[in-house]
Order: sequence, then structure tokens, then C-alpha cells
Amino acid sequence: MNLDLSWMAWTWPTAAFFATVLLLLCGMAAWEYASPGGNPRVGILRFETTRGDRLFLSLLGSAFIHLAWLGLVGSNLWWALALSVVYAIGVFRYV
Amino acid sequence: MDKTWNNKAWFLVLPVLVLVAFTAVVPLMTVVNYSVQDTFGNNVFTWAGTEWFEELLSSSRFWEAMVRNLIFSFIILAIEVPLGIFIALNMPKKGWGVPVCLVLMSLPLLIPWNVVGTIWQVFGRNDIGLLGYYLNAIGIDYNYVQDPFDAWVTIIVMDVWHWTSLVVLLCYAGLVSIPDAFYQAAKIDGASRWAVFRYIQLPKMQRVLLIAVLLRFMDSFMIYTEPFVVTGGGPGNSTTFLSIDLVKTALGQFDLGPAAAMSLVYFLIILLLSWVFYTVMTNYDAER
Repeated sequence: MNLDLSWMAWTWPTAAFFATVLLLLCGMAAWEYASPGGNPRVGILRFETTRGDRLFLSLLGSAFIHLAWLGLVGSNLWWALALSVVYAIGVFRYV
Repeated sequence: MDKTWNNKAWFLVLPVLVLVAFTAVVPLMTVVNYSVQDTFGNNVFTWAGTEWFEELLSSSRFWEAMVRNLIFSFIILAIEVPLGIFIALNMPKKGWGVPVCLVLMSLPLLIPWNVVGTIWQVFGRNDIGLLGYYLNAIGIDYNYVQDPFDAWVTIIVMDVWHWTSLVVLLCYAGLVSIPDAFYQAAKIDGASRWAVFRYIQLPKMQRVLLIAVLLRFMDSFMIYTEPFVVTGGGPGNSTTFLSIDLVKTALGQFDLGPAAAMSLVYFLIILLLSWVFYTVMTNYDAER
């Protein structure tokens, strides 16, 4: 069977993006398998979050960081990526 | 550490996951792919990188639609929530009036969005519409097709007519759940009508009001069908909200790349709002 996915207009950068998200989800599943329960805790936001919540906040925040960078600074997104990584580490550490 | 539960239950949600994958994930992936490319049809795409996002973020048209959307949401919340509370407080709590009021309140919610739009589009017309014709007959210069203010008034009144019932029903559900003992205690203490509302009814309605406000905000922020049917986004762009602008870009101009970029930004805003909604609700439950 020839599965034609040309209508989805795949590119290598977008494929790499989704592969990264998939890898992150697989990593979270492995983490959950190794240490079940989601590690709930109350952080600086003053409500309980699990590590799934923290990943979601990291990804959502990173998306907004990239958009803000595009709108305010320019199209070179490597610094936005670096900032997002720092932000994600902060979320996983303190939220 | 041993596993705390049996994960085999996850197989039961597999059908839903497959369904969501085909109805949401695959289209979302396609939109992401489109957002970084340009096309003139025939499945021929050229790489555009972040061009559409930069164009969108510096586009006054996008920000104006966003501001319109926020203003619209703010106005309808400012009207629907107090009005909904007022109606709920004055609805009968027992007797034959209860089912009658509940049915009357439910009726607008049962009407499909496009039908509501069509009703108000005809209702407001100057030539054959009951509202438009008589407003002009008594000397009020009303024409929602040409006057942006009239167009705004029309869609706000339409939304209030359509959705205040939801706030009413939610508030009413909160009110009837208050035990009589609270009212009896207030009567013994000689509490005024305002004190009963402020210290008994309002706190007891807090949860349902929270649901009402968040639901109505998200829903109004995504509104499309009703204003599109009534005004088509006009006159000019005066009632063009984000969703209408998106459809105009994607289907009117067939600019799939810019439309995809706009969809993603819109999606991220809605995702953020949904997360706030979910977080507020779950934390409120946890505090109780």
C-alpha cells in the first residue's frame, strides 16, 4: 500500500520538531514507569503540579517565548530556544 | 518502589486516542507544516520559515481583531453575568413556575448558532425586520449594515439573548442547592435582602459563577458563526473577530501559510486560557 502523505506538506524542520515532542513524551512515560505517581508538589505558583503539568507549562511557555522573540527581536530563534531551555529548567525546578 | 496502580486500563482509552489522533493531531501537524511554507495549490509548497509568523505579529489587522475580540468578551461578560444573577434570583424556587421558567431559559440554548445569526440578521433589517423597522419608525436611526456602532449593538444583544440563559441556569442551580436553614438563620438575625445576597447566596454561587465566567469568556473569544451570519465582519472590519479574520485569510484569500500561522497563535492563546480554566477549577475543588 502506497501511503501518500504529500498533502501534509512535511518538511525536515517540522518533522524534527514533532519527533522532539514525541521523544519528550516517551521520556516522560519512561520517567513515570521508573518513578510512578507524577511527583506532585506545590511550587511557586502555590498549587500542586505533577511533572506532566510542568512539561506542559514548559512547552506552552516556550511557544510564547519564541513568538515574543519573533515579534520583538527578530527571526534568529537560537537565543529564544536557549531562553526556553532555561525557562523549562526553571519550571521543572521551582514550579 | 512498586507500581501504585494497574496501567492496563490505558488500553480502554486507546480507541479515543486513535480517534483524537485522526481528528486533531494529524490536522494540527498539517497546520504546523503549512505555517512555515507557501503554496499556490496542487500540493506544491515552498519553504517560508518564520516569515508568516513575523508578518502576523507585526500585522495591525491581527492585533485589531484581537482587541475587538477582547472588548467583545469583556462587554458580554459585564452584561451577561450580572443579568444572569439577577434573573436567577428572581426566578421561582417552587411551584408550576419552575418548569416553565426552566424551559423558557433553555430555549435559546437549544437553537443552533447559524439559526440564531439568521434570526437576528432578519430581525434587525430595516425593511422587513421587526426590530429594525420599528426602531426606525420611532425615529432611531438604526442600520447595522452601515453603522459600526449599530452592528456592535446588534451582535452584543444577540449574544446576550443567546447565552445569558446559560449563566441563569448555572446560578439557579447554585441557588436551589442552598439549604433553607441558611435563610432561616438570616431571618432570625434580621439580615437585609442585600446581606442575604452578599453573605449567603453569592458565596454559594461562587463555583457556578466561576464556571459561567470562564465558559463564556472562552466561548466568546472563539465566536464565529453568529457575527459572521449577521454582519459578515462588517461594516468594514468593525466586527471582524479573530475567527472571522482567520476564515477570511484561509478560505477567502486562500493564503494557507499565513492562515496556518494565525491558527497556531490563536490555538496557543486558547490553550493558555483552557489551562487557566482547568487550573482554577481543579484548585477550587481541591480547596473545598
